[in-house]
Amino acid sequence: MTYIRPKFRHPELPKNKLGYSINYYEGALSTLCAGCGHDSISASVVQAAFELNIEPHKLAKLSGIGCSSKTPAYFLSNSHGFNSVHGRMPSVATGANLANKDLIYFGVSGDGDSASIGMGQFIHAIRRNLNMVYIVMNNGCYGLTKGQDSATADHGSKNKSGHLNVYESIDLASLAIEMGASFVAQSFSGDKKQLVPLIKSAMNHHGFAFINVISPCVTFNNNLGSTKSYDYVRQHVEATSTIDFVPEMTEITTSYSEGDSQQVKMHDGSYINLHKLDTNWNPLDRHSAMNAVLNAKLKNEILTGLLYIENDSTDLHQLLETVDTPLNKLTELELCPGADALVDINKGLR
Amino acid sequence: MKPTDIKDPEYFHKVVDCQYACPAHTPVPEYIRLIAQGKYTEAYMINWDSNVFPGVLGRTCDRPCEPACRRGRVEAEPVAICRLKRVAADNKDDVKKHMPQGPFKANGKKVALIGGGPAALTVARDLAPGGYEIHLYDDQKKGGGFMRSQIPSFRLPESVLDEEVNFVLDLGIHSHFNSYVKSMKEVLDKGYDAVFVGTGAPKGRDLVLPGREEGKANIHIGINWLSSVAFEHTKSIGKKVIVLGGGNTAMDCCRTARRLGGEDVKVLVRSPFAEMKASPWEKEDAAHEDIPILDNHVPKTFVIENGKLAGMTFEKVKAVYDDKGKRQLVPTGEADVFYAADDVLIAVGQENSFPWIERDLGIDFDQWGMPVVDKTTHASSHAKVFFGGDAAWGPKNVITAVAHGHQAAISIDLYCKEQDLHQRPSPFVNLVSQKMGIHEWSYDNHVVNDLRYAVPQAEKKLTLSNRKKEVELGFSLPTGFKEAERCLNCDVQTVFTENKCIECDACVDICPTACITFTDNQENENDLRKSLKVQAKNTSQDLYVSDVLPTKRVMVKDENVCLHCGLCAERCPTAAWDMQKFFYNTKKAGK
Repeated sequence: MTYIRPKFRHPELPKNKLGYSINYYEGALSTLCAGCGHDSISASVVQAAFELNIEPHKLAKLSGIGCSSKTPAYFLSNSHGFNSVHGRMPSVATGANLANKDLIYFGVSGDGDSASIGMGQFIHAIRRNLNMVYIVMNNGCYGLTKGQDSATADHGSKNKSGHLNVYESIDLASLAIEMGASFVAQSFSGDKKQLVPLIKSAMNHHGFAFINVISPCVTFNNNLGSTKSYDYVRQHVEATSTIDFVPEMTEITTSYSEGDSQQVKMHDGSYINLHKLDTNWNPLDRHSAMNAVLNAKLKNEILTGLLYIENDSTDLHQLLETVDTPLNKLTELELCPGADALVDINKGLR
Repeated sequence: MKPTDIKDPEYFHKVVDCQYACPAHTPVPEYIRLIAQGKYTEAYMINWDSNVFPGVLGRTCDRPCEPACRRGRVEAEPVAICRLKRVAADNKDDVKKHMPQGPFKANGKKVALIGGGPAALTVARDLAPGGYEIHLYDDQKKGGGFMRSQIPSFRLPESVLDEEVNFVLDLGIHSHFNSYVKSMKEVLDKGYDAVFVGTGAPKGRDLVLPGREEGKANIHIGINWLSSVAFEHTKSIGKKVIVLGGGNTAMDCCRTARRLGGEDVKVLVRSPFAEMKASPWEKEDAAHEDIPILDNHVPKTFVIENGKLAGMTFEKVKAVYDDKGKRQLVPTGEADVFYAADDVLIAVGQENSFPWIERDLGIDFDQWGMPVVDKTTHASSHAKVFFGGDAAWGPKNVITAVAHGHQAAISIDLYCKEQDLHQRPSPFVNLVSQKMGIHEWSYDNHVVNDLRYAVPQAEKKLTLSNRKKEVELGFSLPTGFKEAERCLNCDVQTVFTENKCIECDACVDICPTACITFTDNQENENDLRKSLKVQAKNTSQDLYVSDVLPTKRVMVKDENVCLHCGLCAERCPTAAWDMQKFFYNTKKAGK
């Protein structure tokens, strides 16, 4: 097996504003199965970070356990990383985020890590509107333990041994909307054109940004009858809109016919340009987003693209009213203001 | 764009840049792999079949393969293909037993070869096993032509040349050395079924300037002087030598002069240094032997003092380029410069000369005195007469002469069998999967990062004092192995099967050099080139375009900087990509 990726790159690779080529954002050679959807998602993350001119040391990758949670090794090698306990990534992310709110927190999880063992952690992180990107690489099975159905396997989906799933599935995207996530999107690993701008938008979103990415398990769940196979997803995918992420100060050049297009301004002045394919859907309205997801489900469609976004969401730091300076930068001077300050506080309690 | 037709052998042939650039289309990666495996004899035989003189070419080839080498596009320098060939030649075992074994059953046809250089010897090698009675005429005392008279022994030892010339002559060639052919008519009258002319470009160009006649005792035509040195008629030269000219002959002249007593040897050339015709490595070798190259100097006069050559004056010029990039040498206005010299060697080009071919035989010549020769068949306007090597279209190099020899031999064979000369035989082609296991290939797909290794040279004190001491020592076996490992195996092709592809993007994500893109097809190739992951700007390299896939997109691979590392095929879950070894060998006469 080839464990070493050749050092040579295309001599004409473009450079981003920081002067880095895309290979600066790469990671180690993947050890996942050949054709795994997760590798495509990793490549999309690399592409998004490159295009957003992210300084690698300003980003932290966090993950739990599973095939998906291995992937942070395969992208952004120059960034921080923490591979945590099964299903406990949100706790570690919360701790890290509280200590240093200046980093981009990029959480990677899977359907097992989030919808089973980590379900409690997942919904509470949403509830707190933790400022992070949370990607679930969703393949509907436990690939690392030979492909048993996971909690997101659809009812009636056939696994590799021919067994039909008898349980109802957990739909993570509707759950996230339901729990009040401020950015919810759904995508497919095989559609980088959609996934890359979604990841870029999520990284720019202030608050909890959730992306559920259908990512076929090519070894255990790519068979006929599976609802998470490449073929099935391609046949049933239905996008809410096409999406462009437009960084601040960039002139908008794409124009769509009126009524169909919508610009969503993000907190930092950047835009998301949407060309809506479903006119009954309004991404700023939770109700409408919920309806769109449910309607698609009834039609056996997998709705992808941006589903819901709340522009001015209040994240955990705002809820806790923490100081502007990241907590890890506070010195003894600020943390121990002295006896006089204590006297003042005590006075206020009398 | 239309899907690429990979059934056309020329498509994958073009991907093997080195082989495609080689005039004789030597299967380069194949023999480099054999060298890495220590199979020097086998590597030699692959070469021998294609280029007939691996030992000679491994030292002296013009190496059109190396500027073409894909490695030169992903890092600083190409693989040292030429010097690896020498590794095979230097370390081969008994190769003779692998060569055609005579005596061959005569087919009753007689062919005369005029000239004993690389082109004629190649014709002899290709035709002899088919039963042709070959008569080779040359005015020198041994075979080899310009390889013997023009290439100095410090670059090509006589023993190496002798061995390879003899491999050919031993196939039962009737050689007539020391016999200058004075008349083509006489040759034709002898009743040969075909005649091949491989007499090279034997006439060195002169430079008629004031003082040329008075100083003639010390003014020499480069190629004549070199051959006079080679045949040991000339054994010394003055201490101060001026060499005129900027080609490889000039480099051979100045280096030879250094060995014959020249202490202050310099080369003066009209053009700027960068535009000299000499190969960069030959210029380096001259510099290494303390020979300055003074560019932008146009020779004006030979200065004679007391009836003897004293030196030369030169006008200083600079190169000026017009809008079309056409060069003009314009005087700088500085005063002419004088350089003292005991001897001057003129190496400003060579020309063809056919005083021995009567013009009433039906062999047409053009206004410049060059024979009219068919580019493909090498046939002249006389049905029985064929031309090749420098004699056909002017001075080139050894490997081109060999390529000509192969083609002329095919034509002669077809002619003698009364077949159409334009029905050229198709190449031998093979395409075989290299898959051994899920992640295992039968070629070494690991891409090493080593930079090009330099060939060690003998000590300068030693080489300058002995004209016959070879300067280059050749790669040692361990270094040869390491250099061979730099080869990217471009003949192991990435073969794509549309109907197996599930469009998972694994190949796109893994490819180190961003060669693969799945995209909407475009009518126009240029539009498609622009829409790839990295724009495909190198239009000399093809795009490999698949048929339409289920998502209505096509797979497009830019062949330009593909490392042939096999990662696309390793990461492909359905084996839609496969690494397949492509073997392409031009057909030789009578095979």
